[in-house]
Amino acid sequence: MKRDPLSRKGLTRRLPEAWRRPLALAGGAVALAWLVIALAAPVLAPYDPLAQELPRLAAPGPGHWFGTDQLGRDILSRVIHGARVTIPLTMLLVALSVLLGGLLGACAGYFGRWADETIMRVADLVFAFPTVILAMVVAAALGASLTNAVLAVLVVAWPAYARVTRGLVLGVREREFVLSGRLLGFSAWRSLRVDVLPNVTGPVLVLATLDIGTALLLLSGLSFLGLGAKPPSPEWGAMVAGGVEVFDSWWVATFPGLAILTVVLAFNFLGDTLRDALDPRTARAIKERAL
Amino acid sequence: MSNTASGKTPLPGRGPEQARARRRGAHPLARFLVRRLLTAVLLAWGITLVTFVLTNLVPGDPVAANLGQRALGDPAIVAQWRAEHGLDKPLWEQYALHLQGLLQGDFGTSQQSHRPVAQDLAEFVPATLELAGAAILVSLVLGVGFGVLAALRRDRLSDHLLRVLSLVGISVPTFWLALVAFYVFFYRLQITPGSGRVDPALGGAPPVTGLQTIDALLAGRWDIFASAAGHLITPTLVLALYTIGLLTRFTRSAVLEVLGQDYVRAARAKGLPGRVILFRYVLRSALVPIITVAGLAFGSLLSGTVLVEAIFAWPGIGQYAYKSATTLDLPAVMGVGLVVGVVYLVINLIVDVLYGVIDPRVRLQ
Repeated sequence: MKRDPLSRKGLTRRLPEAWRRPLALAGGAVALAWLVIALAAPVLAPYDPLAQELPRLAAPGPGHWFGTDQLGRDILSRVIHGARVTIPLTMLLVALSVLLGGLLGACAGYFGRWADETIMRVADLVFAFPTVILAMVVAAALGASLTNAVLAVLVVAWPAYARVTRGLVLGVREREFVLSGRLLGFSAWRSLRVDVLPNVTGPVLVLATLDIGTALLLLSGLSFLGLGAKPPSPEWGAMVAGGVEVFDSWWVATFPGLAILTVVLAFNFLGDTLRDALDPRTARAIKERAL
Repeated sequence: MSNTASGKTPLPGRGPEQARARRRGAHPLARFLVRRLLTAVLLAWGITLVTFVLTNLVPGDPVAANLGQRALGDPAIVAQWRAEHGLDKPLWEQYALHLQGLLQGDFGTSQQSHRPVAQDLAEFVPATLELAGAAILVSLVLGVGFGVLAALRRDRLSDHLLRVLSLVGISVPTFWLALVAFYVFFYRLQITPGSGRVDPALGGAPPVTGLQTIDALLAGRWDIFASAAGHLITPTLVLALYTIGLLTRFTRSAVLEVLGQDYVRAARAKGLPGRVILFRYVLRSALVPIITVAGLAFGSLLSGTVLVEAIFAWPGIGQYAYKSATTLDLPAVMGVGLVVGVVYLVINLIVDVLYGVIDPRVRLQ
């Protein structure tokens, strides 16, 4: 089964048809909408997300469409501002995982021997834990804060990238253009940087986009457990946790949860489309139907 | 991999390769098992190392966390406490003591319950196993069923619906879904029982296995069984939704992969009934990757229990982990990490063994 569905050429050739499917369109639209909301939050939010100035636990209605929480804050404004907390942090988290995992995986694949053994055995160890449990243990050990929650998710997220990058580097390492670079006198690092890495980044970045939804779920899950964002911060997971105490006022937990659901769903729709588009057999099926 | 054994003889233990292995005195499956077991032991040791390092990474001072304000002012008491708990020894010696303690079942003392963590865990593990076991059963039945259906009805309406459904399944935040389900089905509609494992008025079956449903059946108490099963339904479905989505997606692509194979086409061409093709030709091959994913899915189930049990007041290690994490009760958190890590390891070991049983090629590698 030697095929290379993630090659860059395949990516550009196959994407256009795939993007026209309803799931991709819906996912793209929702993701874009959330990005706009995150950017324009101060303009869009009707109230200050932290101000405790409204009647407490008011049901959704005109004036405050998502209701207010037990401290008299407007939930709509908090959900809107929450986009600025959760979405950039998730992006940062995935970027850091790609960087760390990619670098370690590239070293493991390129240098082999003890570097490979050490890095991949540590990766195996991380895989030996269920993710939320390990992230929870790490976050608890580091102390509850949003930064530490990001670090904790980073700890559980990098090995996936290390594995993929290592595999790809192993495939490229012995190719002629890499060898000829080495024969021209490139140092190991230069060879890695100039010849190897540009040939593996594409697939790794695809994996990263598939991963955004999972990373967001994990991060908001830690916040829900009280191991992430601190209380006044309008972080969605923490807001759902706040709604547990007053669960008969359903709106307190429902709307931040819906925010998480829609963002993750949008990225998973996009990811699913991407995966299909990159699988040559599915791509053919799409094309046949399009013709 | 040897190609002498595969292809001609799909049945295990009959090829020349196996014959050679038998002459060397070990059944190939046995050697495969031993190798997997050794890896598992090594990983289990690694898990203890990870939890130990994390405990010692804590910025807070364990002395300050465990001694009262007055005792902290007296250097003699502090020194004595440190000596008692081995904190004056070098780190590697502390780890050796820690490992020795673990082997004797000493997980430390919970700062919250002031009981040994091992005792707490022993009390809470069965409830979680019951919940996670029910959830993995539901996930396997529904996930594999939906996946096969989607693959057979490829690109029809049901395939598209199942695709959306499974994507929603893997996108819903479990902790939120638990809350919504609790609110809607218990609080509003009142069609499901509330929190806990069994109606408190019934007491509960005498503990044999620790699993309420099984214990109730063993005791012949149908009323308790009905109550326990009723309490299981909502948390099980909430917990299973993610893995149902995961398994549906995965089964679909695994089955599609096999459906395209020549031997399936050959079986169709010679006119075998669809049922035979599906179960004997398609599912058996597709099962290998599905079982691998199911093992991984069990990991996300165990993770999910932390988020679900807290909402349903299910007295398992998930709720224990939640309480310990929110109060930063480190010995308890590490104990949960250790136990869940080892449970996950055992599950994956079982998966590896099943893998070897289903696919004879695996154990020859």
